[in-house]
Amino acid sequence: MSTVDLSRFSFSGGENAAPVDDLTRLPAEDRQRLVLAGIDVHDRQVSGAFMQLNHAGVHCETRRDGLDLMDIRAALKKYDGLPQYYWQLLNPDKDDFTRMAHERLNGGYFVRARRGVRLTEPVQSCMFIKGHGAGQSVHNIVVVEEGAELHILGGCATAHEARDAAHLGITEYYVEKGGKLTFTMIHNWGETTTVRPRSVGRVDAGGVFQNNYILLKPVGDLQMYPLMELAGSGAVARFNSVIVAPSGSYVDCGNRIELNAPDTRGEVISRVLTTGGTVINRGYIGAAAAPAKGHLECKGLIMGGGRIHAIPELNSNQDGVELSHEAAVGKIAQEEIEYLMARGLDEDEAASTIVRGFLNVEIMGLPTPLKNAMDEQISLLETGRAM
Amino acid sequence: MLEIHDLHVSVKGTPVLKGIDLSIRAGETFILFGPNGSGKTTLLMTLMGVSGYEVTRGQIIFKGKDITRAPMYERARLGIGMSFQRPPTIHGLPTGKLVELCGRGRQMDIAGMARTVHFDRFLDRDVNAGFSGGEIKRSELLQLMAQRPDLLLFDEPESGVDLENMALVGQTVRRLLDGMPDTCSATLRERERRRSTSGLIITHTGHILEYVNAHRGQVMYHGKLCCEARPREILDHIANHGYQECLRCLAGDMYGKIAEAPLL
Repeated sequence: MSTVDLSRFSFSGGENAAPVDDLTRLPAEDRQRLVLAGIDVHDRQVSGAFMQLNHAGVHCETRRDGLDLMDIRAALKKYDGLPQYYWQLLNPDKDDFTRMAHERLNGGYFVRARRGVRLTEPVQSCMFIKGHGAGQSVHNIVVVEEGAELHILGGCATAHEARDAAHLGITEYYVEKGGKLTFTMIHNWGETTTVRPRSVGRVDAGGVFQNNYILLKPVGDLQMYPLMELAGSGAVARFNSVIVAPSGSYVDCGNRIELNAPDTRGEVISRVLTTGGTVINRGYIGAAAAPAKGHLECKGLIMGGGRIHAIPELNSNQDGVELSHEAAVGKIAQEEIEYLMARGLDEDEAASTIVRGFLNVEIMGLPTPLKNAMDEQISLLETGRAM
Repeated sequence: MLEIHDLHVSVKGTPVLKGIDLSIRAGETFILFGPNGSGKTTLLMTLMGVSGYEVTRGQIIFKGKDITRAPMYERARLGIGMSFQRPPTIHGLPTGKLVELCGRGRQMDIAGMARTVHFDRFLDRDVNAGFSGGEIKRSELLQLMAQRPDLLLFDEPESGVDLENMALVGQTVRRLLDGMPDTCSATLRERERRRSTSGLIITHTGHILEYVNAHRGQVMYHGKLCCEARPREILDHIANHGYQECLRCLAGDMYGKIAEAPLL
């Protein structure tokens, strides 16, 4: 993909935007965009909530003891620059986007589940972009201390009228010994949005990192390849992605797991549907220790044009590792369509039933309103020209 | 219920069915015998409308409607239901959800229905994902229970099924055909009168005959039907003499051609 000229975007201004104390009072149009990015502002079953609008943290609430949640700039001040977490897993000189995020930090959050604290209700985090030519460069730090549990629902969206926006997002994940982090990210960008997340995480012994990613809406140009390093024995990482690329979308994404300690396990599962867009679907599992297990699965459906380029990679020099991959790019099997038609479903009903099963967001265990919103998106997709 | 006239069917350009005439009345159960490769499955697939089975001549009339060229879902909605022998796996679609779709909006006690075929623990499993032979049969039956067809097409109910499951499969097929539970105290005559579901069942072993009231049977041989008789009689005959005997039933002009065909 061509390089992105970051000078096109405005990475400052509005830093002191008025706080939004009550997210339910956001304009209806914005709330609607947020729901499709996984943030239901009416959901009270949350441990905390954070919202960033362009360059300002406009909302931050913490409802549980043992949970720290604040604007990254406040956290850097409060914790003397967060030396053990800030830019520890990523090099600011990695590329233009990390450099920009390093030089022009304009937000993001610091979230931490304290040692032994199990927060079963999710923390909502939302990155929202409004206006023309807005650039957002944020840095998030997620820490799950020893034996703690944290679920994050991260939604990223552009406002209805936002044009030609850019989102650069650095995220560093730290899952300490025996900790458990579930991070569900839903993107709802615009057709002209440029998106460059750069994420790296480390999971210590016995820790579990589960990542769910959903992209059902068009995006101009998205590129990301989050890396999870399993640094301690028995650590587990799973990436589960559902990506739909309509005409005009360009998505280059994948997940990378490095099994650097014995008895670690990694899994990368992705389902990609193109209805005219391009998806480069990457996956990498490397093992530098044994025994270790990894499995990659990239499955793609092409319906109504578009392109899928699946690049699964496995890499190890260790005796005793078990790495496997399964990649497929194709169409819905006629046999499956006919099986459902024999039960009385017409061809369109059969195809949409199979696509729904293929995308299978069910397994991500989303809260009901969110699951319904995703289902509705999938229905819209199917009743459109895609089928 | 079903009338088939002079049906010729080709698969990938090779003629398989060569002039089938068959009629099945409402409530009648018809058993189809025949050696492997004789065209039995082709007949069922053609009746259901599966692609790749090309009707080159003849007609299929179901409930008075010509369905020879009708799409599969129309046949299903008209009342034809088929149990597939090797159905595909559909990932991400729980079996219970498919059963619900089979009912097309009808109110059903899916869990209760599933219990009768010992399938309640499988409703959350993806359709046919890792199912054993017996599980596939029970899943197919459960879908048919929801679909409530008027004509049941069943390809080898006994294949891949152990004896215990055979009893369950047999009794369930009977219930589907009878439209009432086994324990119902209706007299035989009442049963016959009320029965409106027809069946077309393929069997090799005849185990299914222990469970269903089969009215008529015929042998398919080299794409033609011959030897109409009571199913039990046909089964005994095949057991004693094999399918060679069927040659004698077929017309003289076919004799030489059939004799050249390998008998399996």
